[in-house]
Amino acid sequence: MLEKALVGSRKYWLWLSFLAAVIGVGVLCYLWQFFVGLGITGLGRDVSWGFYIAQFTFLVGVAASAVMLVLPYYLHHYKQFGKITILGEFLAVSSVLMCMLFIFVDMGQPLRVLNVILHPTPHSIMFWDMVVLSGYLLLNIVIGWVVLDAEHKEIPPPAWVKPLIYVSIPWAVSIHTVTAFLYAGLPGRHLWLTAIMAARFLSSAFASGPALLILLCFVVRNLTRFDPGKEPIQKLAQIVCYAMILNVFFALLEVFTAFYSQIPSHMHSLEYLFVGLEGHGRLVPFMWTAVVLAVAGIVLLIVPSTRRNEKTLAVAAAAVFAAAWIDKGMGLVVGGFVPNPFEKVVEYAPTPPELLITLGVWAVGFFVLTVLYKIAISVKEELAA
Amino acid sequence: MGVDRREFLKIAGLSTLLGLGGKGALEVLSGKEAEASLQAEPQGGVRYAMVVDMRKCLERENCHDCMEACHREHNVPRMDNPRHEIKWIWTEPYEHAFPGQGHEYTEERLLGKPFVVLCNHCDNPPCVRVCPTKATFRTPEGIVMMDFHRCIGCRFCMAGCPYGSRSFNWKDPRKYIPETNSDFPTRMRGVVEKCNFCAERLVKGLPPACVAACKEGALVFGNVRDPESDVRRVLRENFTIRRKPELGTLPQVYYIV
Amino acid sequence: MYDGGKIIPGLLVFLFLITSPAWYNVVTGRADYRPEPQLPSDQKECVKSTPYMKAFHMDLLNQWRDDVVRRGARVYGTVGGQTYDKSLSNTCLSCHANKAEFCDRCHNYLGVKPYCWDCHVERKEKS
Repeated sequence: MLEKALVGSRKYWLWLSFLAAVIGVGVLCYLWQFFVGLGITGLGRDVSWGFYIAQFTFLVGVAASAVMLVLPYYLHHYKQFGKITILGEFLAVSSVLMCMLFIFVDMGQPLRVLNVILHPTPHSIMFWDMVVLSGYLLLNIVIGWVVLDAEHKEIPPPAWVKPLIYVSIPWAVSIHTVTAFLYAGLPGRHLWLTAIMAARFLSSAFASGPALLILLCFVVRNLTRFDPGKEPIQKLAQIVCYAMILNVFFALLEVFTAFYSQIPSHMHSLEYLFVGLEGHGRLVPFMWTAVVLAVAGIVLLIVPSTRRNEKTLAVAAAAVFAAAWIDKGMGLVVGGFVPNPFEKVVEYAPTPPELLITLGVWAVGFFVLTVLYKIAISVKEELAA
Repeated sequence: MGVDRREFLKIAGLSTLLGLGGKGALEVLSGKEAEASLQAEPQGGVRYAMVVDMRKCLERENCHDCMEACHREHNVPRMDNPRHEIKWIWTEPYEHAFPGQGHEYTEERLLGKPFVVLCNHCDNPPCVRVCPTKATFRTPEGIVMMDFHRCIGCRFCMAGCPYGSRSFNWKDPRKYIPETNSDFPTRMRGVVEKCNFCAERLVKGLPPACVAACKEGALVFGNVRDPESDVRRVLRENFTIRRKPELGTLPQVYYIV
Repeated sequence: MYDGGKIIPGLLVFLFLITSPAWYNVVTGRADYRPEPQLPSDQKECVKSTPYMKAFHMDLLNQWRDDVVRRGARVYGTVGGQTYDKSLSNTCLSCHANKAEFCDRCHNYLGVKPYCWDCHVERKEKS
């Protein structure tokens, strides 16, 4: 079926060329980083994880959200999702790939990355993260490809793919739980040391992933002859709505615990993010933008007329995605390092090369997503004809 | 040949998986000398610890003897960008070394004064717990060591350490080393480093460089399992505190304030 | 053969070019070159025999690396009446002091770039 990605319209090739150019720039910047060191980024002794790891954290959530299509369709036989589960699975593939690339570009000695396999360390959460991410990538590639191939040949998929699909459901939950455990088990970082870290991660994931999927469905409908249908998109909108409400609720729970207990270590990181700490408040405008976007998104999703109107739905989905991205992709990781273990505030801002490498990795993800979607849509268009 | 293409691919795939995971699995299952990791038992009853007597240290102002000795001995670079700073032993003001201890009415003697801080070589180290390659590990004598050869530079240990004891080589450090000590290696870009309790000196029966350099005798080092050692005596005779004890890391650097 | 007059000579030129790595060095005499690392003048005995070191010095260094860092077993033993530590800079280089005339001779010839030297310091005093 790969040959379906090799034919396309002018727009298709222009888009892929644009992505390839962004990837090229990212690769050049990465080569510079590889030879000079991570010093070309805005990272430092105090904020030692930044944009790269934040993108990874956000994208693990997007990857996990494929389960929001698989679970209703395969476990509860919600037929409406039948047409678009493949879109969710391929989004998961592209997201996990981006996750792994973001980890790779963040490493100080990337050529030694196989040490994690050569010297397995079960007491390290990062070891398990590598295991579950690799497993999830493999699962989704195999399931997506095999099911699509069977659809293409108009035969039922082979029986052995069913258990894999059932396994992928708890596995999707596990990838984001394990990623949350990377943060939630560290004794010195009080923004992260919360029992509901995994719950927050999952609710944010189930809001941002399906929101992106809604937007992708609209794009697919406009650019191709494949129409996902109104019902599946509406169902996704409901899922995004509830997940985002939960996400915001969990965030407010954190605020309550911190500020009602008045314990300084609980309060300081949240203060830094939302009002500034000791005169430093670089992230404050971003966090409040996220709040406004989150509220706007939820309102647009709750009100039935704006949810059913696909133009306002697109705005709502974009707002939810952006809010979740700011919260996880900017606030969470950096906020955990501020203040530092000495209660001093050292801020962080990504440098241009760091941003270009980040864009390059996103471009790789979108490149893979475009190719995989092209194949899936071509198969579906052929069948409809 | 009785193998068709599909079977061949299945066999090839399985072999690859076995090859990739095989070495690791063998290491875990072989039961041969397991690699040093978290719960190392004291060897011959040795567990190293240090007592920092801040009363003596505070008597001298602007003294950097211990830091200079350590950084010279270990080729610790002096980076120009403060974000890229690498330090194995340094000072932090009292209120920052012990956050939460300082208050409105703190005595003059301690207010804002520089306290010596370093890696605490915890008995329950979170950094060792999180390292995915065991590049940082605990020796049987209680030293939290770094294996620079194995470190992949993921910096999880830096996030895990609640004391901010660890530094990362954001660039090649060689240009920034004022005077290279050829008896000790430098590090390369991309690895994490920190105080190693001078393991290379201890093996020769020498005290750590900082302990030897302190002219006030403010740093007391030794085997905390030996009831007759200096460090045990000092701990017996004085009230000592440790940094962030509520986190359960069991730090082995004690402070007399 | 259609266009045989062009194809056969073309194939011969291709074969000539593609096999050039094999015959060029023999024809120009470069194949006879053997790298000659300069041995230390004062010491006669190495920690292990020469054939062993030629084949396994990398494995020995890897073993030493894990022994010293991970197991704290720093002492190698006695060679020629002196006790040595397991140390690249302090033991190996104490006799093979000039890296450029010893280590680099073979490494450069073979295009090998071991990254030991990114961290381990070359001693400059003796030569």
